[in-house]
Amino acid sequence: MIDFTLLYSSLLATLLMVFVSAAFAFIFGISIAIGLTITAKGQFLENSITHKILSAIVTLGRSIPFVILMIAIIPLTRFIVGTSIGTSASIVPLAIAAIPYFARLVEGKFKSVSPGVFEAAKSMGLSPLQIIFKVLLPEAFPGILNATTILLVSLTEYSAMAGAIGGSGLGNMAIQYGYYQFNNAVLLQAIAVLIILVLVLQYVGDFLTKKVTRNH
Amino acid sequence: MIEFVNLSKNFNKKNSNFQALNNINLTVQQGEIFGIVGKSGAGKSTLLRCANLLEKPSFGNIILDGVNLNSLSEKELRLKRRKIGMVFQHFNLLTHSTVFKNIALPLEVAGFSKKEIKDRVDYLLKVVDLSEKINSYPDELSGGQKQRVAIARALANSPSVLLCDEVTSALDAQTSKSVLNLLKKINKEFGVTILLITHQIEVVQYICHRVAVIEKGGLVEVSKKEEFMQEPKSREGKSLIFSHDFSSEMAVSFI
Repeated sequence: MIDFTLLYSSLLATLLMVFVSAAFAFIFGISIAIGLTITAKGQFLENSITHKILSAIVTLGRSIPFVILMIAIIPLTRFIVGTSIGTSASIVPLAIAAIPYFARLVEGKFKSVSPGVFEAAKSMGLSPLQIIFKVLLPEAFPGILNATTILLVSLTEYSAMAGAIGGSGLGNMAIQYGYYQFNNAVLLQAIAVLIILVLVLQYVGDFLTKKVTRNH
Repeated sequence: MIEFVNLSKNFNKKNSNFQALNNINLTVQQGEIFGIVGKSGAGKSTLLRCANLLEKPSFGNIILDGVNLNSLSEKELRLKRRKIGMVFQHFNLLTHSTVFKNIALPLEVAGFSKKEIKDRVDYLLKVVDLSEKINSYPDELSGGQKQRVAIARALANSPSVLLCDEVTSALDAQTSKSVLNLLKKINKEFGVTILLITHQIEVVQYICHRVAVIEKGGLVEVSKKEEFMQEPKSREGKSLIFSHDFSSEMAVSFI
């Protein structure tokens, strides 16, 4: 017996949590990663103080376990969305946890862009902004796609945790309606949908990444 | 014309101070193909990178066509760099851009229109003889073809000077020769001054007009190519010539 209404609304809530928080993580995470990259030693806007500050913020953000972060920032969540439960309330901690995570991932992708191309760009008279948009981002594009795939899969996992506390999504469905009510069918349905969701995200992400990747 | 005046460069590491260049005075004439040779670590790469201020000198000046590069603001320097092409040992092409996009990049940032860029890229590809590869990606090209694209890119904004950093070191003998022929042609047809560094004596022999020898950061010899090949003046120059294997595959293919 499958409760399609529950399944559908839970899936929708999960998708909303994952993609909205991913959008925030994408925008702010890439910005921070760019900041980290261009201020790193030997880079074209080398600045060790800015680099250390950014790096410390990212490390701090990554060091707090997600369950604790979620509870700790409840006042902030309330301030932003007006409530501490529900789908939109779950998005706040998800986005906050995902920003530094994605920043680190993308920073790693930026690092693998050959330093020689920056050198060439400088020699052609590109400004720092032009180097970022015409060299760094296009060269790291497959890496960014790959990092985004990892981000979406991780967020799916974390959204289950966020939803369990916040009261929505597939995680909530599995725990509230499955586990606590001894309803194994519901529990398994939630798990099955989560697995399918992750598989789809991973497959599509890998497919697109492979399509745009070129050898050095 | 490029003039290096009293040029020195120190690298300050934590506990040591390494002097990479020591009071270099050198003038490269307009239209010349000038080679700088030396063992690895002698400072030739640093010297070349000073010529467009990729490396900021610790002391001294670089004067390009009468303009002291040190006196320029960041913005003026960027404009000036468009007139100084640079080609690298490992090509440094954008791996995720087509040949067209790679060559168009310096034109885009110089503010040319789409039509002007298209025409110019087509022309440059004819010059380097790669017109059919316009939509290829660098990973679909051979080493020699990649270097041709890099040369076309460096020529995009009609530079007066071309800086060549070991441009044939990653290529086999035959390909090296064809790349050097291309440089010769560019020098002759466009009057571009070429300053190159190399550890390959064949390169000097094949295309240079004059050659400078650098040893431990200091200039020890500046000679005409013929003089250098027959009778190098400096001890370091002699050691480079006499240790050179003129029967190697590379050397033989240049005879």
